[in-house]
Amino acid sequence: MHGFANPARFLRLARWLMPLMLIPGLVLAMGALAWGLLMVPPDRLMGDTVRILFIHVPAAWLGMAGWSTIAISSVIELVWRHPLAGIAARAAAVPGAAFTAICLATGSIWARPTWGTWWVWDGRLTSFLVLLFLYLGYIALASPAQRDAASGGGASRVTAIFGLVGAVNIPIINRSVVWWNSLHQPPSITMGKSAIDTAFLYPLLIGALGFTLIFGGVVLARMRTLLAHIQAEARLRRKAMA
Amino acid sequence: MHEGLNQWDYVVAALAIGVAGTLLLVGWTLAAMVRAERRRDKVRGGK
Repeated sequence: MHGFANPARFLRLARWLMPLMLIPGLVLAMGALAWGLLMVPPDRLMGDTVRILFIHVPAAWLGMAGWSTIAISSVIELVWRHPLAGIAARAAAVPGAAFTAICLATGSIWARPTWGTWWVWDGRLTSFLVLLFLYLGYIALASPAQRDAASGGGASRVTAIFGLVGAVNIPIINRSVVWWNSLHQPPSITMGKSAIDTAFLYPLLIGALGFTLIFGGVVLARMRTLLAHIQAEARLRRKAMA
Repeated sequence: MHEGLNQWDYVVAALAIGVAGTLLLVGWTLAAMVRAERRRDKVRGGK
């Protein structure tokens, strides 16, 4: 793990890994959406609105995966002081927030014809909205911490602690449909089990893989952006002091 | 569907938001990366 503490080594890896994730990710994700739109039969109960599944579920998965990335990277930053861990956490925040917003928007659109309402204040929807607010708070907090990290300060520890505390919401989101009565259906895919017919499951899994690769590519690109900012600021400071 | 809603309107709206949001995220991220790396190289070049 500490092998990648050297930014130059990480950048060499990121330069070829990023397009290797983004290009197949876009092909798989768009292919799975086209498959879901054009080839999957309508659901017996939900009709054609079931096709929203192929964007809504990967977005929900990545909204939660994004905060899990922040939490794991925050632990690595706090415990092992890995220099790239804080950058990885901050890089995951914007894509995580974007996919959380996409999940909420597509879920609301799906709810209107299925439940007869755009929104209900139940456990699943509310905890996911809280996740979006946590992301916005993290992004606001990470911005000054980024400047502080570039100047050698320690404010990024506050951001890391916020990332860890916010992780409490992830199991709440996951278990919300089990703990509380909800219009939202219970989990359809659990460890090793699926209640979804293979006609829907295959394009869903391919889409989830595609969107996950896109997420990984975006995180790597954002890490390169943050590193470039830090390197430029460090060089400017050295020049100012010389 | 119980109110005579056209289901396809909702499907198209959801997919449009998902695809446009994803492509915007990727495009904006790559543009920001190119800008930041150009700035770093410029700063390094102007020793």
